[in-house]
Amino acid sequence: MTAPMDAPESSQHADPEAVVAGAANAANRSLRQIAWQRFRRDKVGMAGGIVVILLILVALCAPLLTAWFGHPPNQFNQDLVDPLTGGVLRDPDDPAQGLDPWGGVSTQHLLGVEPVNGRDLFSRIVYGARTSLLVATVATVVCVVIGTVLGIVAGYFGGWVDTVISRAMDIFLAFPLLLFAIALVGVIPDGAFGLSGNNLRIGVLVFIIGFFNWPYIGRIVRGQTLTLKEREFVEASRSLGAGSAHIVFREILPNLVTPILVYSTLLIPTNILFEAALSFLGVGINPPTATWGGMLEGALRFYTTSPHFVIIPGLAIFITVLAFNLFGDGLRDAFDPRSSD
Amino acid sequence: MSTHHFTHAGPPGRQRGRGRAAVPAAAAAVLVLLLSACGDGGGGRGGEAVDAEFNEGETQIVNPSDQTGGTLRYAISSDFDSPDPGNTYYAFSWNFTRYYARTLLTYTPEPGEAGTQLQPDLAEAMPEANDDSTEWTVKLKPGLKFEDGSEITAQDIKYAIARSNFGDQALPNGPKYFQELLADSEDYEGPYADEADPLAGFDGIETPDDHTLVFHLNTSFSEFPYVLVQPQTAPVPADADRGEQYQGHVISSGPYKFDGDYRPGVSLNLVRNDQWDPATDPTRKALPDRIEVQLGVDQNEIDQRLVNGELDVDLGGTGVGPAMKGTLITNEDERHSVDNPQTNTLRYVNVNTVIEPLDDPACREAVMFAADHDALQRAWGGDTGGDIATQIMPAALPGSDPGMNLYPSEENKGDLDKAREKLEECGEPDGFSTAIGARADRPADVSTAEALQQALARVGIEVEIKQYPSDSYTNTQAGSPDFVHENDLGLTVYGWAPDWPSGYGFMSKILDGNAIQQAGNSNISELDDEQINDWFDEVVTIDDEEERASIYTQIDERAMQQAVIVPAVFERTVLYRPPNLTNVYYHVGYSMYDYMTLGTTRE
Repeated sequence: MTAPMDAPESSQHADPEAVVAGAANAANRSLRQIAWQRFRRDKVGMAGGIVVILLILVALCAPLLTAWFGHPPNQFNQDLVDPLTGGVLRDPDDPAQGLDPWGGVSTQHLLGVEPVNGRDLFSRIVYGARTSLLVATVATVVCVVIGTVLGIVAGYFGGWVDTVISRAMDIFLAFPLLLFAIALVGVIPDGAFGLSGNNLRIGVLVFIIGFFNWPYIGRIVRGQTLTLKEREFVEASRSLGAGSAHIVFREILPNLVTPILVYSTLLIPTNILFEAALSFLGVGINPPTATWGGMLEGALRFYTTSPHFVIIPGLAIFITVLAFNLFGDGLRDAFDPRSSD
Repeated sequence: MSTHHFTHAGPPGRQRGRGRAAVPAAAAAVLVLLLSACGDGGGGRGGEAVDAEFNEGETQIVNPSDQTGGTLRYAISSDFDSPDPGNTYYAFSWNFTRYYARTLLTYTPEPGEAGTQLQPDLAEAMPEANDDSTEWTVKLKPGLKFEDGSEITAQDIKYAIARSNFGDQALPNGPKYFQELLADSEDYEGPYADEADPLAGFDGIETPDDHTLVFHLNTSFSEFPYVLVQPQTAPVPADADRGEQYQGHVISSGPYKFDGDYRPGVSLNLVRNDQWDPATDPTRKALPDRIEVQLGVDQNEIDQRLVNGELDVDLGGTGVGPAMKGTLITNEDERHSVDNPQTNTLRYVNVNTVIEPLDDPACREAVMFAADHDALQRAWGGDTGGDIATQIMPAALPGSDPGMNLYPSEENKGDLDKAREKLEECGEPDGFSTAIGARADRPADVSTAEALQQALARVGIEVEIKQYPSDSYTNTQAGSPDFVHENDLGLTVYGWAPDWPSGYGFMSKILDGNAIQQAGNSNISELDDEQINDWFDEVVTIDDEEERASIYTQIDERAMQQAVIVPAVFERTVLYRPPNLTNVYYHVGYSMYDYMTLGTTRE
């Protein structure tokens, strides 16, 4: 993805005086303002961003939405379902009419209902968004914190510290994460660290995803730190007698905020997919809590009779991951000093 | 006695692999479905005229024929645990190995309950017991031969039992009933421990002459003939035995022999064995000239090839996959080629008798009354998935009383008033909380847990669902009382099929207090009821089958009174019966088609 280039008829380039004025303007504008201006012009990135915000709103308002439509996510509606095949009936009052190819979509059930139990798919998708976004976001925060701290330390101090941390990153990246996750979730105890049940499982998922994906952020931060610490303003600060803490926190870290922000936005969709994969394999959150991956797994039994049950959670994952990716790409382009403005 | 293996045709790991492989398949199938929806509206493939009816194979022989010749083509999504009759515990394998391994006794080859009756195979007549059923004598038919023309003797059978039951390191798969039951063999370490004299110290079986076997048991056991049905009694010549490697080429005693070697994960082919004498064998029709088995074929592909006529039998015998099931039972053109027989597998939920507050029988009864059996049946796929169970023993077993229903309710939805009464009685009027264990990679298990959770919530019983991997579930989670207690698993989703079709074969491991073990436990409710334990001790000393059956009825009823098992369904399978297949019927003893009678009209 690249940001849309400026149109040639841009008035700033037409008038030589305006160029001078524009340069003055640019000097007055902060990087953030410039980026925001660029981002606003990136329609694809904006669309991604809007979808992301909508998704977050939907996840936050899940109880409100389901209360509004009157279907708790775990409520069975077995009267809508054909007991013989488990498929969704076209008309619950007249089973002879057969199965509904649209999975019972109606004003009552916006996205239809699940086979067998007849749980409302809209409510489950909405609650599934909560789980997916919660796990993915918190795991990303864990990645960012560990990755930033270790990345700066490695880049700034160099030498044997850098060697140790860089090799650690290599090891973590080579780890067979999915297999480890399956094994670990299989043996977690009933309660630990003051958590139990699904809270504990969410904690374990966050730990697995966050603790093993930090090297992606860590490498980027290390590389940036390596170049930043040679820059003039850092040299100047050092020659004025600033200590390491001051240089790291006051001089280098503020310059890392942008790449960190961009890459964590791009890490979230990866983590959403990972959570979905784990739920799909049955090692994620316990039922009946709705998760998109778990819904997909259940749907595989019914893809001939109720294809909507495969398609809807699949689409939810697809749209979410795509939106985060477009948003992240847009951010990256907007903050990239090499892109023109 | 892992019925876990016996009940399910494939190792769990394979099933998980199949689930993953299904993703692209699912996408493709959705595509095909969408495309075909645009095409013609009906017709089907037409072709052969078949006058069979839906589920006809459960009660009678479909397509009776004596036509010989042709090749019978089997395929399975997993593999044998081993095709060695001394090293196998899968139900389909017990059925299939009969092609090349004759046993002392076998089930009568007839549809319906008659299939639970025994008849001699290698034996000349049914075994004779002494007064207290501790000594059993079997005589062999004369003139029986191995595939190389050498005679089958009593020593070959004694050796086979020694290797399968005592040669534990090499042959771990099968059950060990002989090891448990035979007297004078406690110190015997199996035929591989002493090469010079493999049977030294194995004195539980006497062979007074070449055609007589005398079994000495350490206890009275009136159901011993059922043990003699197991493939472990198929003769193995001692000089041909290569331990585990024997599976590569089993020496045949039946109508077919290995064509080349068994190739694990790939294939097993059989051709006619000209040394087999049909006059000695009333069980096997031996119609096809050749039998081919393809191993490790994806389940969806098997189903598709069955329906397309490119395959004759799904060896696993557990029925078509969920995708094809949905298609078959809704398609009027295909229904006549579908059998939907009731198996001897009970799907149920254990109610623990030790964990508070379920240690109070009234609290357990509250669970029984609150359970929604209609929802439980839906979890198993509705009417075609199984019949609602209100007792423990499947209908085909002697002594089963399908009319028994101690916890009746309107439309099987549960009796909430009674449930609340029982909650009052056990001092938990507002309900209580507990957890339910289920196997994560078994969708129907998870659905069962969800259905029960919903049903019990109606009376305030809060249930948390906990998932475990199926490879370890029967052994270290549900199968470990300590684990069950520590994790508050008051309820556990489980399934059970008998090693042999009798009340003892079905219930002793899950209800006898003496069967409780620290690992691999199957009496998961930990029921230790003196009366029931006594009945189990008593029943094995009784010769009369009907008398035994009446005791089984009492055990079943008392266990239901104790409210230790919430029966969900007696499972039904959906089997596809290709039109070219002859003599097809569902055999109760194996819970699948009888493979010995099958033939094909295809050239």
